[in-house]
Amino acid sequence: MRTPWRDVKDADVQQAVGNLLRIGVALAAAVVLAGGAIYLWRHGGAVPDYRVFRGEPPDLRGLAGIVRDTLSGGGRGLIQLGLLLLVATPVARVAFTAVAFALERDRTYVLVALLVLALLLKSLAG
Amino acid sequence: MNTLAFSATIAAASFCAGFLGSLTGLGGGFIVTPVLTLVFGADIRYAIGASLISIIATSSGAAAAYVKEGFTNLRVGMLLEIATVLGALVGASLVTVFPTRALFVVFGLVLLGSAYLTSRPRAEHLTADSPPNRLATRLRLDSDYPTPGGRVRYRVRHLPGGFALMWVAGVLSGLLGIGSGAVKVLAMDQVMYLPFKVSTATSNFMIGVTAAASAGIYLRHGYVDPGLAMPVMLGVLAGSVVGARLLFGARTERLRQLFAVALLAVAAEMIYKGVAGGG
Repeated sequence: MRTPWRDVKDADVQQAVGNLLRIGVALAAAVVLAGGAIYLWRHGGAVPDYRVFRGEPPDLRGLAGIVRDTLSGGGRGLIQLGLLLLVATPVARVAFTAVAFALERDRTYVLVALLVLALLLKSLAG
Repeated sequence: MNTLAFSATIAAASFCAGFLGSLTGLGGGFIVTPVLTLVFGADIRYAIGASLISIIATSSGAAAAYVKEGFTNLRVGMLLEIATVLGALVGASLVTVFPTRALFVVFGLVLLGSAYLTSRPRAEHLTADSPPNRLATRLRLDSDYPTPGGRVRYRVRHLPGGFALMWVAGVLSGLLGIGSGAVKVLAMDQVMYLPFKVSTATSNFMIGVTAAASAGIYLRHGYVDPGLAMPVMLGVLAGSVVGARLLFGARTERLRQLFAVALLAVAAEMIYKGVAGGG
């Protein structure tokens, strides 16, 4: 049912945004699961200790290190890569809505989306 | 306990947290962090790191369902995300300098407030007949949402007040690794007069973006441990999916109130641990 307040294009955007979020989360969960399997296979017998905060090694704090660890077959790196995919999902959603609002010729919300995107990218890039 | 047993236990506990979080609308983050710190003795910084990651997964999953059904107000969400992201950047930067004992106390207090907010009875506003708000009209915020009797229109007001409260929600999210869903819903439902279901849907839509703003800072400071975040994220995600399935047609009013009472005890324990110290 269509009402005067409703824009058909808005409904299209809603479906696409919903799909994007679902795919992102499913993909991230699959990668984390794969990384978790490798990690537990290798380190399942060790005794973990999270009582004292040491922080993660530098390799697991940034994209370059995470990719390096993953390529060398590290489960922890692969888990972090999955978590990065998860973080990237809402960021991709914001980028997508910027494009969608541009297609709707809604200038104000293109600017809003780009502003949010810029803040996110700045925070992720450090 | 070795890593395999530890991961399985954490995953099971996280499943319960995600399940209860989605069934009650309070979110999994509020349960995961107390469980990790109070039960498993993990440092609170590892706990909020894992929690923050897990809420991106659960909120994105829930947001996908809501947005497809047409509950989410995309424009309100996008606009208010400016406030929550700015707040989250402040909050996540504060974690790195905040004493951990103070984190426990703040966490307990925010949990108390959120439990109170979610346990209150809900009433839908009927605002279609109210006069249009100039700012809301100019920004095309008024919309409609599906109800059993067809789509119902609503008007939005008090954008500046909602924006300010959303900034606070962002700070709390970044500081405590939570979704701040209760504060977000408060800003939209009580301040801006959005219908409750629209507020909940739009809040879920915003939680992932708010958390993503903090995630970069958490990662760089080494708060996100893969060994801990893995079982937490997978467990909370699975639990929330099952919880959401059960939510359809379930009478959750009583459960929410019961849950709120249980959380009072958890909040008290968190505050006690922060004040008394010791671990």
